[in-house]
Amino acid sequence: MTSVPLAPPNPAEGDARPADVSLGVVSLRGVSFSYGTNVVLRDVNLDFAPGSITALLGANGAGKSTLIKALSGANPRYTGLISVAGEEAALSSPTVARHLGISAVHQKVADGIVPGLTVAENVLLDDLAGGLRGALRNRRRDLANARTALAVLGLHWSDRVLGQDARDLRISDAQLVTLARALRSTPRLLILDEPTSALTSAEADRLFEVLRALRADGLAIVYVSHRFGEIEALADSVVVLRDGTVQSHSDRPFAWNGILHDMLGRATELSQQRVSADRGATVVAEVDSVPLLPGAAPVSLTIRGGEVLGILGLIGAGKTELAEILGGLARPAAGTLTLGGEPYAPRRPGDAIRSGVVLVPEDRQRQAILPGWSVAHTITVPFLAEASRWGTLRTGRETARAAAVVADLDVVTESVDTPIDDLSGGNQQKVVVGRWLSASPRLAVLDEPFRGVDIAARRGIGDRLTDLARSGGAAVVLSSDVDEILEVSDRIVVLVAGVVALDGYADELDRARIVEAFLGETQPASVQTSPAPAEGITT
Amino acid sequence: MSQLPTGQGFSAPPRVEAAIDRVRASVGERVSAGVVRWGFVAVTVLLIAFFAITEPNFRTVDNAFGMLKFIAPTAIAGLGVMIAMTVGGIDLSVGASAGFAVSIAAWTMVVGNQVGGVAVGVVLLCGALIGALNALLIVVARIPDLLATLTTMFVIVGLKLLIVDGKSISSRMTLADGSTAPGKFTDDFLWLDRGSIGPVPVPVVIFVLLTALLWFLLERTRWGRALYAVGANSEAARLAGIRVQLYRTAAYVGCGLLASVAGLLLAARIGQGDVSAGNSLLLDAVAVSLVGVSVLGIGRPNAWGTALGAVLIAVMVTGFTMVGLPYYAQDFGKGLVLLVALLFSFTFSRKRTVVVAGSMTN
Repeated sequence: MTSVPLAPPNPAEGDARPADVSLGVVSLRGVSFSYGTNVVLRDVNLDFAPGSITALLGANGAGKSTLIKALSGANPRYTGLISVAGEEAALSSPTVARHLGISAVHQKVADGIVPGLTVAENVLLDDLAGGLRGALRNRRRDLANARTALAVLGLHWSDRVLGQDARDLRISDAQLVTLARALRSTPRLLILDEPTSALTSAEADRLFEVLRALRADGLAIVYVSHRFGEIEALADSVVVLRDGTVQSHSDRPFAWNGILHDMLGRATELSQQRVSADRGATVVAEVDSVPLLPGAAPVSLTIRGGEVLGILGLIGAGKTELAEILGGLARPAAGTLTLGGEPYAPRRPGDAIRSGVVLVPEDRQRQAILPGWSVAHTITVPFLAEASRWGTLRTGRETARAAAVVADLDVVTESVDTPIDDLSGGNQQKVVVGRWLSASPRLAVLDEPFRGVDIAARRGIGDRLTDLARSGGAAVVLSSDVDEILEVSDRIVVLVAGVVALDGYADELDRARIVEAFLGETQPASVQTSPAPAEGITT
Repeated sequence: MSQLPTGQGFSAPPRVEAAIDRVRASVGERVSAGVVRWGFVAVTVLLIAFFAITEPNFRTVDNAFGMLKFIAPTAIAGLGVMIAMTVGGIDLSVGASAGFAVSIAAWTMVVGNQVGGVAVGVVLLCGALIGALNALLIVVARIPDLLATLTTMFVIVGLKLLIVDGKSISSRMTLADGSTAPGKFTDDFLWLDRGSIGPVPVPVVIFVLLTALLWFLLERTRWGRALYAVGANSEAARLAGIRVQLYRTAAYVGCGLLASVAGLLLAARIGQGDVSAGNSLLLDAVAVSLVGVSVLGIGRPNAWGTALGAVLIAVMVTGFTMVGLPYYAQDFGKGLVLLVALLFSFTFSRKRTVVVAGSMTN
């Protein structure tokens, strides 16, 4: 067992790696895992070499998360052999895994942050968990250690930020905190589960630089992502998981169509370029002179039925603010909204829903999932009045509605009575999107609907949005991912710092122009190094 | 809402942690879902069988009704706590509310010289107001439920003592000015305890009716579903169009009403405005509703489970008394029942338990 220094030196500078790092290969031989009778990993054989980045790909439910949990000690009941540095390891808990040099940053950022502790304490959380050693805290030393740890990521947060409650961190900053923490123990294997899903592109670029430096330094990295561009830019090899087995293992150069085929089990074109874009005829909603961010110029926007409107913007560009105003969660500071020509001023989400405006919120776990509830009950919760007579719920109506949603979006679930928690992230999202679409809304607003959603689920959701538009409804998708927006939208609006920077139809725009509008003006704004409390989100 | 992050093993050293995991896993497998589901029912049935065999006095219809009558106020207050728990809250003021109801009922009849019906109306109104006060503190002032209802508890107990000058109120008592109180506990009021419908005592009828009503409300109506949604994830419920604040308010008002019903039954039983009545009700009511979460393996607050938990405690207390155990052994027994119930719902059950008692939601 390697000793884990309390305050490790900056790994990016390449000094003081554990001496035996050249042996630090993590190998899996015949690793399987099942939940009851449900086999989620089957006989997995993999080697993670030092100084290389292995991308782990797979559709939702392919077994990626289970594999990562086994490696990081969170699934101690795997069968088969995992060896670390040539020796068989019993990865019985995350602490054991960490002491063996395996660190993981999990996808659900909220799980990695302890609200109530300061940002600095969250960075140093492993010390707090370390028993008696370091039981006495020294605030100044903590701040210094936290600064050192964050400097590895090129972050220089002020003491004021380090001393504030981690509860107030924005999701992207929280992500960086968990990453800084994982790197503190100078691991030999670093597992990153969709680390960029909450990051702006500038933050992601900085992360990539860090990862390249760490790789040069001899670290083995497992990188899970759904974004092929990132993998192309970063990975040395790609492992594709499907149905719990390793489908393929390829080195550079990557044959993407083959990889996609391995992943999805059917031929899917990598880039779905829109050749034609529908033009909406009817005005469904109008946003008139509404400022999205404090101090920003007011925004006016026409939302038309018959088209899918993709709104592209970085975190902090005002996307969520716009979504919340439309969905009745927040009231506009100024300006007016109209819906179907009538004034529209929802005071709460219920008003919006009754007016035919539905919102798929940004944070699925926190804002949409009811823990322990069945798929059917999750689907019917906004429509309880329709599902009941004289206030009494009709099971038949509930089941029928749920079955329709499950069929419509190809939700992979045993039955509509399965707990929603048992579904993979992509299928949970399908349930959440599908339930709103089942109301045939006039306007569907989807805030980052594809976060942690595999490509097949994304296409499924995109197709349903097109269907909604074809039948005269309006769909608004807000995202910070250019490819997602290009894939689903007829019309594209780029939002920069609360202001519309570009508005045009997909077939008249090219990627370069979009990216230019998207990034050009934001360079100064996106180099955010100090987190501010999230706005408009109830904690 | 703070949860320890997975992957950040806290405090326990790795080997201990792994051992705990192993034990939990093996016990979890052995204690199958069926045991979790029916274990408590089985224990209740076994206890009943045991006492019925060993104690001839236990196996009578009179005793059965007697036990149910005895536990009815506790059970009804427990149903109140259960409602607060469905929205993810807790109400620690139920005991104080019931005690307040006892004194107010007595005061209305004895000092105010009113009939029982009026007393019932006044008491129910007070119960609803206490619930509304709780809701005001929790929903509007956003004080955490545990602290808000603790405060209310003190306020109500204090208010009660001020109203009755710190004294128990009995029929035809001598008032502070030396005169005799004009009223008494009326017969129609006492009927709440001594009356019966057919062979069934009135408190038992009320207990069963309220249980059935709440079961129907929570499980079969959209309002019940919405209450559970608020408890499961209030933000998700709000985004689904549910008036979260309204439902939370309704839950606390409902809880206050049920606590005052419990108080009415206590007042009718005692036959006077005992100033200390209701003091012991809180812990039993909370225990019963917590037992209710685990009883049928449902994993969330529910009406039948709460009623069953109350029956179990009634059987235990009555049986132990008949066997000759001292009354002061009762709390120990109740504590054990609660411990086992909590082990079932939190430790052995695979199902996620959705009781967030005392959650600091804001």
